[in-house]
Amino acid sequence: MFSKVLIANRGEIALRVIRACKEMDVKTVAIYSDADKDSLHAKYADEAVNIGKPVARKSYLNIEKIIEVAKETRAEAIHPGYGFLAENSSFVQACEANNIKFIGPSSESQRLAGDKIESRRIAVKVGVPISPGSDGAVLAEEAIPIAGEIGYPVIIKASGGGGGKGMRIANNKEELENFLRLSRGEASAAFGNPDLYIEKYLVEPRHIEFQILADEFGHYIHLGERECSIQRRYQKLIEESPSPIMDEQLRKRMGDAAIRVMRSVGYFNAGTVEFLVDKDRKFYFNEINARLQVEHPVTEMVTGVDLLRQQLIIAAGGRLKLSQDEIQQDGWSIECRINADDPDNGFMPNPGVIKQIIFPGGPGVRMDTHLYSNYEIPPFYDSLVGKLVVWAEDRNMAIKRMRRALSEFYIEGPKSTIPFHQKVMQDEDFIKGNINTHFIKNKFGEG
Amino acid sequence: MGDKVFHVEAPLAGTFYRRASPEEDPYVEIGGKVKKGDVLCIVETMKIFNEVRTEKDGVIREILIEDEDPVMIHQPMFKIEAM
Repeated sequence: MFSKVLIANRGEIALRVIRACKEMDVKTVAIYSDADKDSLHAKYADEAVNIGKPVARKSYLNIEKIIEVAKETRAEAIHPGYGFLAENSSFVQACEANNIKFIGPSSESQRLAGDKIESRRIAVKVGVPISPGSDGAVLAEEAIPIAGEIGYPVIIKASGGGGGKGMRIANNKEELENFLRLSRGEASAAFGNPDLYIEKYLVEPRHIEFQILADEFGHYIHLGERECSIQRRYQKLIEESPSPIMDEQLRKRMGDAAIRVMRSVGYFNAGTVEFLVDKDRKFYFNEINARLQVEHPVTEMVTGVDLLRQQLIIAAGGRLKLSQDEIQQDGWSIECRINADDPDNGFMPNPGVIKQIIFPGGPGVRMDTHLYSNYEIPPFYDSLVGKLVVWAEDRNMAIKRMRRALSEFYIEGPKSTIPFHQKVMQDEDFIKGNINTHFIKNKFGEG
Repeated sequence: MGDKVFHVEAPLAGTFYRRASPEEDPYVEIGGKVKKGDVLCIVETMKIFNEVRTEKDGVIREILIEDEDPVMIHQPMFKIEAM
């Protein structure tokens, strides 16, 4: 095992990594920007190094500086968390060049996973269904006949893609021509890659993803699914495991498909394969997330597997000791993302000082957060400030437990998504498991 | 200058950007003329990018924040002489 790990991140995920390290007797190095001097990750780590100005480009995205700190503090490995440099293959290459172990996949797997057109081709090659669409990048004159064949609406996506940037839904030929032009500009600016492709736009699909663990000796397992259909503008807000529509047969087919995709990009460590699932429970490969995800705790709660610990063991060259047969999803887990956004005001960001905070507790409640009373949420980073996770024996009890936990949760200061979650937990369709990726737009009028 | 000088303040706390992306030229320079509605800068709050525009015509006299530095809510960012 490593003796020291540097965490190239902040907030709740930096704490999650530090906690795992502490439990394995691994020393930790935190890095923090000028805005994060009073942040818990800087306090909880064994060492904390200031790396620069608040703007991420000069701190949490500063590859040169982070590598320098890792060398100075003699950290043997770097955990990137999610966001920031987690899926930046130049960063992985920089780690590799400096003999520092990157806790995650290789730069080559990351490159393949990050190229959406390439990963669609890979899925087809290993017999995993993708939604009908173009085989590779398209120009307007090629896209129009394809759209005519697969039928409107079609969705335009950027090959460099992510986070909904460049994505547009076209209902007819005129919109398709117009939107391709707009998306191309956006994709160039955001990803430095103007390539676009089109797919049949599934009406009200579910977003279901599979957690994969793989060691560096080619042993792959999946840890079941997460249902992540409650999203706003492609940003997830509520996740759960298992999915209300899952049965053993479908889980096996989707889990096997996910492993085939990951194997064909030579993936190791923790990663996720996303699928869209239609009303007839037909599934289509969507993309690979080459990192540990925000919503990983729901998988930990139902499988009892500590994903962070497994990541560290795998990165240190250990073998994955779990076999597929040992993995069971026991009971039900739900996660609500606590964002410093005002749900009554178009989810407007709400940074500022927390005058007082009281966390929920009791049986089956897990709180992953970096918040504390008198902490100031800085305006420079993502608005995700916590994850409230519950576990119970079934979905009905998990919803009741989440309601109870939300009712105990008190934040004086910035607005948060707590009231939004309270509404969803009372919603009849949510309670019945009638959810899809348009749930928020349909119920709350927010796209 | 006197009465003719006005300040443009940050609408929200966040990061001050003088340009649309690191590769591009700044929106405005000291001494430059601006027209009502012209974009002066971007203030990013928790990954939401807000363009800040001038409400009057004028000449930029001072830029009070360094590019990519933090700004507080209502902090003056530009001193502009109205025309």
